[in-house]
Amino acid sequence: MTETIMSDISRALPEIFLLVAAFSVLLLDLFLSKSMKIVTFLLAQLSLLTTAWLVYNRMGVESIATSATVNNVESVQYALAFSNMYIKDALSDLLKIAMLLIGSAGFIYTRQYLRDRNMFSGEYYALVLFAILGMMIMVSANSMLLIYLGLELLSLSMYALVALQRNNGRASEAAMKYFVLGAIASGMLLYGMSIIYGLSGHLDLTGIAEYVKSSGMTKAGSFDLGLLLGLSFILVGLGFKLGVAPFHMWIPDVYDGAPTAVTQLIGTIPKLAAFGMVFRLLVEGLGDMQTSWQQILILLAVLSLAIGNIIAIAQTNLKRMLAYSTIAHMGFVAMGILAGSNMGYSATLFYTIVYALTALGGFAVIMMLSRKGYEADQLSDLKGLSQRHPWMAFMMMIILFSMAGVPPTVGFYAKMMVIQSVVDANLAWLAVYAVILSVVGAYYYLRAIKIMYFDKADTETTQAETGHKIGLDSHILLSANGLSLLALGIMPGALMATCVAVINVTMK
Amino acid sequence: MENIYLAIPLSALFGSILAGLFGRQLGRMLSHTVTILGVALACVLSLVVFNHIVLDGNTYNGAVYTWAVIEGIQFEIGFLIDNLTAMMMVVVTFVSLMVHIYTIAYMHDDPGYQRFFSYISLFTFSMLMLVMSNNFLQLFFGWEAVGLVSYLLIGFWFKKDTAIFANMKAFLVNRVGDFGFLLGIAAIYVHFGTLDYVEVFKQVPNLLDVTVTVIPGEEWSLMTLIAILLFIGAMGKSAQVPLHVWLPDSMEGPTPISALIHAATMVTAGIFMVSRMSPIFEVSDTALSVVMIIGAITAFFMGLIGIIQNDIKRVVAYSTLSQLGYMTVALGASAYSAGLFHLMTHAFFKALLFLAAGSVIIAMHHEQDIRKMGGLKKYMPITYWTSLIGSLALIGFPGFAGFFSKDSIVESVHASNLAGAEFAYWMVLLGVFVTAFYSFRMFFLVFHGKERMDEHTRSHLKESPLTVTIPLIALAIPSVIAGYFIDPIVVGDFFKGVVFVDPAHTAIAELKEGYHGVFSFMLHGIMAPPFWLAMSGLGLAWYIYLKNDALAHFAYNKFRWMHTILDKKYGMDSFNQVVFAGGAIALGKLLWRVGDRFLIDGLIVNGSAKAVGFFSGILRRIQTGYMYHYAFSMILGVLVILTWFIFGSKG
Amino acid sequence: MIPLSNFLILGAVLFSISIAGMFLNRKNILILLMCIELMLLAVNINFIAFSHYLNDMAGQVFVFFILTVAAAEAAIGLAILVVLFRNRRTINVQDLDEMRG
Repeated sequence: MTETIMSDISRALPEIFLLVAAFSVLLLDLFLSKSMKIVTFLLAQLSLLTTAWLVYNRMGVESIATSATVNNVESVQYALAFSNMYIKDALSDLLKIAMLLIGSAGFIYTRQYLRDRNMFSGEYYALVLFAILGMMIMVSANSMLLIYLGLELLSLSMYALVALQRNNGRASEAAMKYFVLGAIASGMLLYGMSIIYGLSGHLDLTGIAEYVKSSGMTKAGSFDLGLLLGLSFILVGLGFKLGVAPFHMWIPDVYDGAPTAVTQLIGTIPKLAAFGMVFRLLVEGLGDMQTSWQQILILLAVLSLAIGNIIAIAQTNLKRMLAYSTIAHMGFVAMGILAGSNMGYSATLFYTIVYALTALGGFAVIMMLSRKGYEADQLSDLKGLSQRHPWMAFMMMIILFSMAGVPPTVGFYAKMMVIQSVVDANLAWLAVYAVILSVVGAYYYLRAIKIMYFDKADTETTQAETGHKIGLDSHILLSANGLSLLALGIMPGALMATCVAVINVTMK
Repeated sequence: MENIYLAIPLSALFGSILAGLFGRQLGRMLSHTVTILGVALACVLSLVVFNHIVLDGNTYNGAVYTWAVIEGIQFEIGFLIDNLTAMMMVVVTFVSLMVHIYTIAYMHDDPGYQRFFSYISLFTFSMLMLVMSNNFLQLFFGWEAVGLVSYLLIGFWFKKDTAIFANMKAFLVNRVGDFGFLLGIAAIYVHFGTLDYVEVFKQVPNLLDVTVTVIPGEEWSLMTLIAILLFIGAMGKSAQVPLHVWLPDSMEGPTPISALIHAATMVTAGIFMVSRMSPIFEVSDTALSVVMIIGAITAFFMGLIGIIQNDIKRVVAYSTLSQLGYMTVALGASAYSAGLFHLMTHAFFKALLFLAAGSVIIAMHHEQDIRKMGGLKKYMPITYWTSLIGSLALIGFPGFAGFFSKDSIVESVHASNLAGAEFAYWMVLLGVFVTAFYSFRMFFLVFHGKERMDEHTRSHLKESPLTVTIPLIALAIPSVIAGYFIDPIVVGDFFKGVVFVDPAHTAIAELKEGYHGVFSFMLHGIMAPPFWLAMSGLGLAWYIYLKNDALAHFAYNKFRWMHTILDKKYGMDSFNQVVFAGGAIALGKLLWRVGDRFLIDGLIVNGSAKAVGFFSGILRRIQTGYMYHYAFSMILGVLVILTWFIFGSKG
Repeated sequence: MIPLSNFLILGAVLFSISIAGMFLNRKNILILLMCIELMLLAVNINFIAFSHYLNDMAGQVFVFFILTVAAAEAAIGLAILVVLFRNRRTINVQDLDEMRG
């Protein structure tokens, strides 16, 4: 008994550590004066990096014990804990490391921004840590209960973060919308879960998968209507979290209204968690119903690509434009998943990580251009950026090119791999459709680049900017961020190989 | 060794990046130091590799980095290092090093000093990537990269109109060749399913009888098609008729790059490539005949043009064209080793001739017209003697490098039994006479006879500085002695396992049979027609240009029609200008007016942009801002999914 | 004994009522929050019914978690509501349309 508990704890050690760390940050912050808040920042940063190190250090350690060989080809490696509710495998490890590192980068980007807006406080950091903890639980869940709890931990922290600026009307409106819609979505997800539970008698995904395999089909060869009912509601919850149309409505308003630091958080790491959640529920739990959910995902992808790319053209607000761009990108993620092959999942994993990196840099530029009392979130704020900050403009150009999918940036490669897997799934028309809408989408990215490079800056902007200093840490990080998009585009081999290997050892 | 292989191209690249990106900060001195050090390191390491590969008899074939895997096909960066590669590496890095050193003096007053060094180092990197490649993708990368640097350097003096024109011409003509090359690679990719050399060659025997239909009703052998497409690429890069027109104009670039790129290395890429692809070419007699005839035409007719040129660099350029023709003929006769041997000797003596021409140009204050020179012998002794060595090597004087390589080419063409071999033999034979004539015409006009330059120039005439003369001397040495490697390279086993020769193509085998050591080869050479043709060419040049220049005027008046033809370069440039350029512009204008302005811009681009913008404006109104509408959209989503599951599909 | 289907129908009816409430109510955000609670309760009924008929405790444990989370959710929702009211002086759903398009 004690032995099981010890091994359970050791498997979930990163999460447990982060939980303790988050509480410590919250408590310690109470005793720090305003000038000492940097300690909170450093502590939060340390917590993330230590957790990442813990995950990295323990990769594969426990898993080997329960490895099994499937088809004599790939040895599937995973470790279960807490009565099979928690799973630690290659996918969860990779996603966690990516989330923690991006979170840590986000802390560096947001430091100056938060200081300028009186948000540089313990609450912010504790809430971010809790949100990341929630996401770690989501990607490590092997039970519907744990998925739900992780999801709620993430969502509740996010609602609070959006509303953190208490005197900001737009932010509180965004928080309210996010909260209500998010609650509806999780209600629907729960409803779907209850039906699946009722039919299969299992909360854990392994049991559900067995049930679907053995008795999910009716004699006529179609799936049990109850299962399809449950699947529908679950798809709503997943669609909301991913942000695919028609469950995307919250994205533009929340991205727009939230402080940019929070927008950056919402726009990056939760995408990874959402991918993890979709993978756990659809692929591991309901994998045998692929023919059913594939059709729905096609529908969602088609809608998302159209709505995201087309409405983004009409936007004048940069954050809102990026929000619609997210919707289009999530359409691509849905495309990769619906291909239903290992190749497709690997491509999607790659795509999601790359997208998170790209969005991280995009929002970082907005924050670096903002100053005390002024949000540089309009497209016109980019005017003449190439003269004011040539290097930053160059980085932003790489980021926008990567979002648009222009070679040699990594965005091109990511899109290509997803399209490739869709073509392999005999859905060539969908690939053609995605390419056409990507071309439409390229329009608004290129317009932003045109504004940066060919429009003259207003004199007021130039004057207002004098005296506004951008931290060296942000600059270095942005350079690394932008250049990594370029480097990954030229040499995507290593990351892609990792993604393929991870999916191969994760698929049971 | 793998690290050494990697270090060779990278050290050149490193120097190039430093000088290119930080040239202004580094200054002139440091810029040329880093690039020269980089190339010198590459050269030394190439010698190490040569030692390891050739003398110790190793080969290496491996991937360094997998760039992408698409449908099971690996796109890799990899090296194939064998005797051929090792030889090319040594030649490339050595000539490049000499040119680097030479450039210090030649470009001394140029404002683009650092840029120039960056380019030539970048060129060295690209050329090394090309020759070291073990797959078609990287070959193509190197191919395009050397082309790119070549265009950059032809247009190096980008304020000069003629340079821009020459630049564009080189670019456009090479496009034609590269298009064929790319089609060839694509055909290989489609039919072989791999881009790796070894894998492709392994499959060649299985695909001998495959035919493809390019024009309906015409069945073409796949291997012939691939070989000819690849050769079209070689024709562009190695300037074979009719894609040769860019090379003479490329002399608008600075002289060091004429030596490095447009004589010694890049233009031989086509020869290298065909030799590398010998297993593909060998299975198609048709392709070999095409190669041989194109090469023969280039060898003779381009040499003829050289006779009437008055620009010192253009004479050497036409001589390069003609010599490239010789190499190509050798390839067509399946005498790859002879062609490659000529490639190597030619790299040395032609680089030497170009650098010597550059040295003359410096002394003459950038006067390039040989009619305004003469009698330079006493002012520039080192340049004079090295030029003499170069010229003798070029015309194939016994004992000099060119003699051995050119003679083995002539002999092997003589022995070839392919269609067109007879024609090719006469062309190369007459070419020997022409080569000797124009080489020594230039030599005598420049270094002997009356001093025809103006007083001011004469008073400043002096030998060039050390950084110029050292490379001249360093290149003169192999121009003499490189020929003695005929033993291992042509008749020996140097290229065994590297180039593949079908036993039915007996040219080289017959050459081997008649070969009994270097000195008997020389002796035999002295009694053979090429030697006498060369001597009569030399003698004629001496008689006309030194002894009796009235004859030159007489001949000029008598054969004015011929002079006109040659002066117009057989009308090829005008033809291209009127038909291709003019036609393309007319067609382009038409398409621009009707297709572009009206259909594409008017209807498709602006029309669709307007339509999308319009939809965008409408669609954004869906996002009303009201929460209940958002919730409604979600509920609608649920309903659609449910309906789909219940009624839509029975899956 | 009451058959399982009756419980499920009750759950479905509650769920539908909550959704209808969300959509029909255009005035007061508080009512929206109530609807959300109702939705979770509908789910709870489902879970408990299933749990009972399956003789499996896991479903009831799930319900405890849902209840806990619902409490936390309500707390955060009300907190956001207070902040919103302080900024806008209204809790009318129809007035929340500053961001659109």
